[in-house]
Amino acid sequence: MSARAIKGALLTLGFWLMVIVLVVYAVFPFYYAVITSFKPSSELFEVGYWIDHLDFSNYTAVLTQGSFLASIRNSIIVAVSVVAIALLLGLTASYALGRVRFRGRTRVMMLVLGVSMFPQVAVLSGLFEVIRTLNLYNSPGGLILSYTIFTLPFTVWVLTTFMRQLPDELEEAAIMDGASPWITLTKVFMPLMWPAMATTGLLAFIAAWNEFLFALTFTLTDSERTVPVAIALISGGSQYELPWGPIMAASVIVTVPLVILVLIFQRRIVSGLTAGAVKG
Amino acid sequence: MASHDTAVAGNTSRPSGRERGTRVRRRRVRAAWIFLTPMLIGLLLVAGWPLMRTFWFSMTDASLSQMGGASFIGLENYLVYDDGWYGVLADSLWWNSVWNTLYFTVVSVGCETVLGIIVALVLNANFRGRTLVRAAMLIPWAIPTIVSAKMWAWMLNDQFGIINHILISLGLIDMPLAWTANADLSMWAVIIVDVWKATPFVALLVLAALQMLPSDCYEAARVDGIHPVRVFFKVTLPLITPALLVAVIFRALDALRVFDVIYVLTSNASSTMTMSVYARQQLVEFQDVGYGSAASTLLFLIIALITVAYLYLGRRQLGGDS
Repeated sequence: MSARAIKGALLTLGFWLMVIVLVVYAVFPFYYAVITSFKPSSELFEVGYWIDHLDFSNYTAVLTQGSFLASIRNSIIVAVSVVAIALLLGLTASYALGRVRFRGRTRVMMLVLGVSMFPQVAVLSGLFEVIRTLNLYNSPGGLILSYTIFTLPFTVWVLTTFMRQLPDELEEAAIMDGASPWITLTKVFMPLMWPAMATTGLLAFIAAWNEFLFALTFTLTDSERTVPVAIALISGGSQYELPWGPIMAASVIVTVPLVILVLIFQRRIVSGLTAGAVKG
Repeated sequence: MASHDTAVAGNTSRPSGRERGTRVRRRRVRAAWIFLTPMLIGLLLVAGWPLMRTFWFSMTDASLSQMGGASFIGLENYLVYDDGWYGVLADSLWWNSVWNTLYFTVVSVGCETVLGIIVALVLNANFRGRTLVRAAMLIPWAIPTIVSAKMWAWMLNDQFGIINHILISLGLIDMPLAWTANADLSMWAVIIVDVWKATPFVALLVLAALQMLPSDCYEAARVDGIHPVRVFFKVTLPLITPALLVAVIFRALDALRVFDVIYVLTSNASSTMTMSVYARQQLVEFQDVGYGSAASTLLFLIIALITVAYLYLGRRQLGGDS
């Protein structure tokens, strides 16, 4: 009996040890970035696990020198516009794909899924030409256009999954009353789709906020860069002496809003991610 | 959309039920295609057309400054004999990057799968603070790839990095390791970052599958006194395999096109160069749009092949219409 109790206690201990290891593994890199960002450059090269005193010099350096604020503004403009466009086009498309039976529906779904699996490099030269032709090179417009390639298929896919879960009775009543598909969509489904649209919009926002390849290729000047490119290109006197303090401060600035969003909406995010994948 | 509203208003002739049913259905199908049109045009503009142009450029001598005036040169960008073989397919650096990409994909997705299952099993247990732990697990997923690459680059810094510091104080190594500069280690540095960042995604998908499992077979197993490890391999694993496959495919397709982690951690170093890095270097830095497009086309074909195989296998789950 006591042997069993000991075994049980050991199992519980092992389990909690595992939980602690996993949490430390997940959180420590971010925690360490925060610590580093509050260190003055003189203390940067001593390894430490705690913050002794707050030093904001890295933050003032990032926010006052260069064009980091402009990058934040660009990132917000691009991400918000991309999400708005994707939701608008995605909502009507998901109604068609989720609620109406018609020939070719599976084919359209496959097309959407296929586009979402495109390697971005494969369209790089073609998109470069399109963006130049439309005079959008080195401007947020070019990024908004190019980001549609990954936000739109994703939005359509997830919204369609949510649309299918809504009960049939709603729509039947609307059809009996002679409502047109447009009225059915805007008056019956839209009010019910807000939670799903919030989830999808949030995921698309994060994807657009984090994008790097297009932003690096389709912008040229510092004032038009987005945040990831700005951080990647922060450089010091030479390749071997990167200003780690300001880099970590910039990283914390752009990550904290995302982490807060994720913590607030974690239930929604989990449901959106799994709707996008498991049911596909 | 005004035409739809007037169509409703004009519906006054009181047709018989069946006639009305067909008409409603036909109108719905027509509306469905109208609803789909903006999205399809959008995809054509940003995906279909650029892809076609990339195919075309791969058969021209286009350069970045002169994309319009390029002339057709057939398959010379891929392979040509001119006193020796030239072209992407004859470039040892390309085959090196193909190998790097495959190595990276297999190792990182493998680690993410195993680790993801462990995290999911932990999160599936009932314990106090589970929501908090799940939230903590989401943090790596939410952090931009560039930022996580920079964070790890700092932690893996050869002189001042905390990883070397820990390893030395634990007595595991004598000398600091040059994680990102050493050709033998840099691929592992990239894998470490990718595994850290992507494991939560796999874990969440597996967790969702775990939570849908029927509880009765577990009770039966418990009554029969079967060892939990055996239950996992005989009951749980087969039941979550479909979800696991989806997660693995999504991750594998992501890993095959990897670019940003590598660009930030090791730039264009040949020891970690992947197909995407190779293609972009040719295209943008060497300004050789034709050659770079040929490499992009090959990458596209490899990924398309895998995608088609996946779609073919997963077809039954897709449309829901028979």
